[in-house]
Amino acid sequence: MRTPVAARPGPVPEATALPRVLGGLSPEGVPVGLEAHLARWGRLPVLSASPDLIDKLSASGLGGHGGAWFPVATKWSSIRHGRFSRPVVVANGAEGEPASGKDALLLTRLPHLVIDGLSLAAAALEASQAVMYVPAHQVRDVELAVDARRHLGLDPVPIQVIAAPDRFIAGQESSVVNILNGRREAVPSFIGVEPIRARGVNNRPTLVQNVETLAHVALIARFGPAWYRALGTEQSPGTMLVTVTGRWATPLVMEAPLGTPLRDVLDLSPAAAENYLGALLGGYGGGWITMSTLMGIPLTEAAARQAQSSLGAGVIALLPRTVCPLAEMARVVRYMNEQAAGQCGPCIHGLAGLAEMTQALAFRPTALPGGTRSILDVCDLVDGRGACRHPDGVTRFVRSALTVFQGEVAAHLGGQPCGLTNARAVLPCPRPDTTQRVGTGRW
Amino acid sequence: MVKRRLTMVVDPIMCDGHGVCAELFPERVTMDPWGFPIVDNEDIPTQLEDHAQRAVTSCPRLALHLVERRQSSAHRERDPAR
Repeated sequence: MRTPVAARPGPVPEATALPRVLGGLSPEGVPVGLEAHLARWGRLPVLSASPDLIDKLSASGLGGHGGAWFPVATKWSSIRHGRFSRPVVVANGAEGEPASGKDALLLTRLPHLVIDGLSLAAAALEASQAVMYVPAHQVRDVELAVDARRHLGLDPVPIQVIAAPDRFIAGQESSVVNILNGRREAVPSFIGVEPIRARGVNNRPTLVQNVETLAHVALIARFGPAWYRALGTEQSPGTMLVTVTGRWATPLVMEAPLGTPLRDVLDLSPAAAENYLGALLGGYGGGWITMSTLMGIPLTEAAARQAQSSLGAGVIALLPRTVCPLAEMARVVRYMNEQAAGQCGPCIHGLAGLAEMTQALAFRPTALPGGTRSILDVCDLVDGRGACRHPDGVTRFVRSALTVFQGEVAAHLGGQPCGLTNARAVLPCPRPDTTQRVGTGRW
Repeated sequence: MVKRRLTMVVDPIMCDGHGVCAELFPERVTMDPWGFPIVDNEDIPTQLEDHAQRAVTSCPRLALHLVERRQSSAHRERDPAR
């Protein structure tokens, strides 16, 4: 019989104190070791397969922070009740989005909170395998964290650390499953009828959950749903990590209660907002909103959706007036085209076309005789026709840019471009790394 | 007895754009400018089922499927491609 580690509850942090997840960061900027982690948060409650934790997650209202915002308790319940075979649980830290840095921060500095969440999932779902799926350069550090825990017997289900390829779509649910099933490339599958939750790694029911979501799970398991709901709103409880680009000198990861006015998250006065052309929410598959929209809405997925955007994985990028928004759009679309899996015809042709046309709009508008209509026509042709949502994300990005930056679009097409097309790019678009396709062996 | 509702689905990864489906089932399949099929999401009425079935079995890539629509709306929840 396994002896449960004596539960020495840690001090319960003030429920309304901020930050929560990031409250565990060490001021020196070094990774938080296991001892410090346990001193701050206390031991995990006894890991068990009882439905208690799923009930707590349900009461807490926690949604997935990887971008889909799907209710975590619903996802876990469907796996728990779906099949007889024991599932596989995966902490997804791939974070392919170049403008997001929150998952990397968690894995580098607070790995134990994430691993706590993974072990809670493994226990609650009676999983046979647990995996930390993290970027190649973080594998070593995460392995050290897992090793330290092994000595204390903290994780009843053994945890494997697997490298995620450095690629935008590497974190897509079916891409994750493909890598764990031994495929060399992190590309999505056509899911058709049966979801990953029913048939994933080794055909077992598989939970793929974002690392930030698991960190919140680790806190909810310790302090309960009422504590979790003490911040945020009734409909959007708790806090979230956001990565802000373009507001300050360097990108910054912050934690904010859901429902906080975006102007407060970004510390924007109406005068300061005048310095920006618009804002991108949700990353390169998200949508642009005007500054006046941004100044009026709260940090919730519902409000972002209403503004034709999404919070996605928490990317917020502000575009200063010193850059050409159409050049930024063109660079991102080119990047998204390069990052596509290249498996589906409409996506291959559509994204290549969009890359070419947005490039023309920014740099050589005379080469785009059809104007924005020709761009929107391609968007219509691409929507919903890929195996994954990569192309749909690109069309949302492009359509919203054409709306929010319609003044700049008219100027470019009217032969009076902004003259800022060569300004230093705000939105990061790393060059595709063709030399380092991380192949992992079957496991 | 509840009438089963069929709809047509293309596996976009398998599809190479041979175009057989648009030939055999023009009622519901059109081609985009790149030669790939656009299939509408409507239910397939009984009188068209034979045509649909022939298109499915004739696809050289076996990329076309007739699936029974679930009674709960066609909600497909997926993580965004990231």
